[in-house]
Amino acid sequence: MTPIIECRGLHKWYSGVHALKDISLSVPSGQVVGLVGDNGAGKSTLIKLLSGVHQQDSGDILIEGKVAKLNSPKDAMRLGIETIYQTSSMVPTMTIARNLFLGREPIRFGIGGIGFLDQARMREESVQAIADVDLHLRSPDALVGELSGGQRQGVAIARAMHFKSKVLVLDEPTNHLSVKETNKVIGFVRGLKAQGVTGIFISHNIQHVFQCCDRIVGMARGEIVFDKPVDATNIDEVIEVL
Amino acid sequence: MKRLLKVYMEKPELAAGMLLILLAIVFQFRSNGFFLSPDNLRGVLGLIPETGMVAIGVTLLMISGEFDLSVGSVFALMPMVAGKLMEGEMAFLPAVLIGLAVAAGIGLLNGLITLRFGIPSFITTLGMLFIARSLTVVISGGFPPLLPDELPTWLFTQFIGPGGLVRVSFLWFVLVAVMASALLSLTNFGNWVKSTGGFLEAAASLGIPVRSVKVSCFVISSLLAGFAGLIQVLRLGSPLPSIGEGLELQAVAAAVIGGTALTGGVGTVLGAIIGALLIRVIDNGLVLSQVDGNWFKFAIGSLTILAVIGNSWLRRTARKIRVEVKA
Repeated sequence: MTPIIECRGLHKWYSGVHALKDISLSVPSGQVVGLVGDNGAGKSTLIKLLSGVHQQDSGDILIEGKVAKLNSPKDAMRLGIETIYQTSSMVPTMTIARNLFLGREPIRFGIGGIGFLDQARMREESVQAIADVDLHLRSPDALVGELSGGQRQGVAIARAMHFKSKVLVLDEPTNHLSVKETNKVIGFVRGLKAQGVTGIFISHNIQHVFQCCDRIVGMARGEIVFDKPVDATNIDEVIEVL
Repeated sequence: MKRLLKVYMEKPELAAGMLLILLAIVFQFRSNGFFLSPDNLRGVLGLIPETGMVAIGVTLLMISGEFDLSVGSVFALMPMVAGKLMEGEMAFLPAVLIGLAVAAGIGLLNGLITLRFGIPSFITTLGMLFIARSLTVVISGGFPPLLPDELPTWLFTQFIGPGGLVRVSFLWFVLVAVMASALLSLTNFGNWVKSTGGFLEAAASLGIPVRSVKVSCFVISSLLAGFAGLIQVLRLGSPLPSIGEGLELQAVAAAVIGGTALTGGVGTVLGAIIGALLIRVIDNGLVLSQVDGNWFKFAIGSLTILAVIGNSWLRRTARKIRVEVKA
């Protein structure tokens, strides 16, 4: 079977620093990969390439077997890769419904890509999307700024699910969250598999990764130094390698 | 009921709206009933389109997270360009269109310089404030151009409505307000503007063209300032090079009084209008109450500070209501 994401020999330099050294990684569809490593190990760099924020200096990224040019976040989103950042990719001063459809608003009529929002549809579908990830919020018209950190990550995941993303990249989604909220987010990640979505979960908290991933990939100094299924390893071994 | 209260308390323009009503009542008494008479309202409503439109443009730009201090100068430059062209025998419509193009060009320049060099728009537009004002005086050659007699001035300044209550310019103002309001709250572009100012990184990571959004807002702000300047010149009958001085600060004050957040992301067109109206009402009301007119700026200053304090207090209180409902 063709892997949904495949990286072949990725290199990335940041003004003289070799941030990624010949990274090759293949992720089969439906797998949840935990990407671990210390600060500066190259996790975030790899994610930035996958989400189209930065571009590799050499090497290829293949999506479903085809070489993909990811020149912007929009390109990645179009190919079904959605990224959720630790700071939450939500605008706190806007409502849940508007955040859910931000950048992909349903338009009733318009010219040149600008037009009137189909607000009824946005409300209706956002209620559904949120319920689908088992999140219960009072109203799609509530401001995101009033939600807790965990709820925000829940809405971000609901957004990715709603737009039928094939790959969900979660960049430190449990940072700055309380224990209870963290468990909620881990629950969301577990829910991905049930829906057949591939996940890449980045964290420097190895416990969190063990709770919801199928496979652990460890990075250090820009290289992949560890790659094993969860049931073939344990926390101590991972800590030792890193 | 509490929920309704909460919804209204979170409206950014609420504090200013209540102040407006309160002041109208006070001035109505202080002026022995003259304040709300048709004669006085005609005066207030005749002026509001000019500052109101500038305030709308500035508000839109502030919601996107940027500033425009050059609107007062563009307010003078646009009609000066159009006036000079008309003095040189050009017809009204092309002269106005060229004037508007100049205004739009300045907005475009403001936006491109700010984004290209990554400098605060406060600085870019502060510079443009001086540049555009200087150009206005240079173009005028020291004397305001003489406007031709047969201009379609009536299209902007004619009194209309029951008892001639408003000028035609008021209809232009309403049209602009309705369009800006619809753009902001009913379209996807409005969504992009709010997200760009509300949380730039999130908007960019979702593929919102944040740079184009900002540049568009700069252009709209400048265009509205130019158009408002044209209306004032047609009302006054001559393009004076000094009009609009200090207007940029009044426009920012109107936006802020109307609930626009200095940090971007929050604000409404209605708030801008209420803010602009408040400033006009205070100007007018102080005179009617026979208070020394020099207190005007004092009042605007206090109002700006009070409105922002009031707004944040209302929002905090509204948050607390939610907790009670949930319990």
